[in-house]
Amino acid sequence: MAEVQEIKKQAREREALFSKKNRKLITDPLDDSNPITVQVLGICSALAITVKLYPALVMSVSVLFVLAVGNVIISLMRNYIPNRIRIIVQLVVVASLVILVDQVLKAFVYDVSKELSVFVGLIITNCIIMGRFEAFALANSPWKSFLDGLGNAFGYAWILLAVAFFRELLGSGQLFGYQVVPRSWYLTEGGVYSDNGLMLLPPMALITVGIIIWVQRSKNTALIEED
Amino acid sequence: MDVNKNSYTFTFAAVMVVVVAAVLSFAATSLKDRQDNNVRLEKMQNILESINVEIDREGAEGVYKDYIKQELVVNNSQPVLGLEAFDIELSKEVIKTPEERNAPLYIAEKDGETYFILPLRGKGLWGPIWGYISLKKNVSTIFGATFDHKSETPGLGAEINTEVFTSLFPAKEVLDNSGAFTGITVMKGNAEGPHEVNGISGGTITSVGVQDMIQDCMKSYIPFLKSYEASNTASMRSENSNPIASND
Repeated sequence: MAEVQEIKKQAREREALFSKKNRKLITDPLDDSNPITVQVLGICSALAITVKLYPALVMSVSVLFVLAVGNVIISLMRNYIPNRIRIIVQLVVVASLVILVDQVLKAFVYDVSKELSVFVGLIITNCIIMGRFEAFALANSPWKSFLDGLGNAFGYAWILLAVAFFRELLGSGQLFGYQVVPRSWYLTEGGVYSDNGLMLLPPMALITVGIIIWVQRSKNTALIEED
Repeated sequence: MDVNKNSYTFTFAAVMVVVVAAVLSFAATSLKDRQDNNVRLEKMQNILESINVEIDREGAEGVYKDYIKQELVVNNSQPVLGLEAFDIELSKEVIKTPEERNAPLYIAEKDGETYFILPLRGKGLWGPIWGYISLKKNVSTIFGATFDHKSETPGLGAEINTEVFTSLFPAKEVLDNSGAFTGITVMKGNAEGPHEVNGISGGTITSVGVQDMIQDCMKSYIPFLKSYEASNTASMRSENSNPIASND
């Protein structure tokens, strides 16, 4: 018995920081187990803040930070958290991290904090974060949990940015606030083009996510359910 | 160690709460000065922006005194002494009727011209909106405007703080030809008159909030500004025999 444990321990120590298994922790959530398009988590924020690219980027970075750091904290405490109050503990970790980040931003990078203010509440309610704490960090080592946090945050971020890209481009003719559709194309300037106001409204965010899911499944047939 | 014992669970929860509370309150108190300073500098920056002085937040304090010559508090057309205009919390004043408010007023000088800067505060769709409007000496023509908001929807109502919206305000009039207060009407397109601007598509409730805010807050100032301007022009006339110099 002791020997088996010894071997296991050695195997764990020998595993390289970026072994194939660890790399999969980052790459899997980008496609095969994407939090938004496959696990359908964090949909609320994907609909709410993808009208423009910049807020979507700010949100992605905030989630990246909270998810990676929170995963590590939960993972470090995983052997000490009483099972019956583990959800509350997870919630406390997310909430305090978010408040802490908000306070620091307000003091040092005030403009970013103004941009973020609306999303602080949304970060706490983002199911991806609680989901990863519960499903991964509670059972894995800090380094793996960190990678898992990064991977899921990236998986979340690219969907968010893709949706925001199409919504901002087609809805207001801009990218990151810069006009990309030439002004002379517009009806008001004598052209034939007009922005699609529907893209700015939440239903089109859902439809855009739906189209992304469709494209993803037609390329990655492993995701299609049998029936 | 059995982590599922009742006593352990209670101890864990108690320790966690104390640790979290300590960390957060330490962060909040030690960062408070910096945060308050940021808010103060931003206010100066906004005030300067309303007279079209573009400056970053760090530089705002340095030039603030160069432009803002006088800070007044107006209550029912009378100046109030003993109150700092800059420290007045507008959120507490706007819940009173316009006649009862202690309304802060900033008088600025830029390129030899005098401007009145009026702080505004009102309701958007999701939370408060606020801003500053500067009026020219005739108390009617808008010289510049700046708006901001707490939590309007990005891309929709939140657009009130962009130049696309604020640039619609300069040169508009808040008084009609007879000198009565009209305010600014936010229109659904085709704004042409001197009292009209176009609203934001998709941000109608916020746009109407801006209109109501202007209507509501300016009432506290217009009678005072008219009498202030009249007495000022009169005193300048008596000092200066050339009427053209004081009339421009």
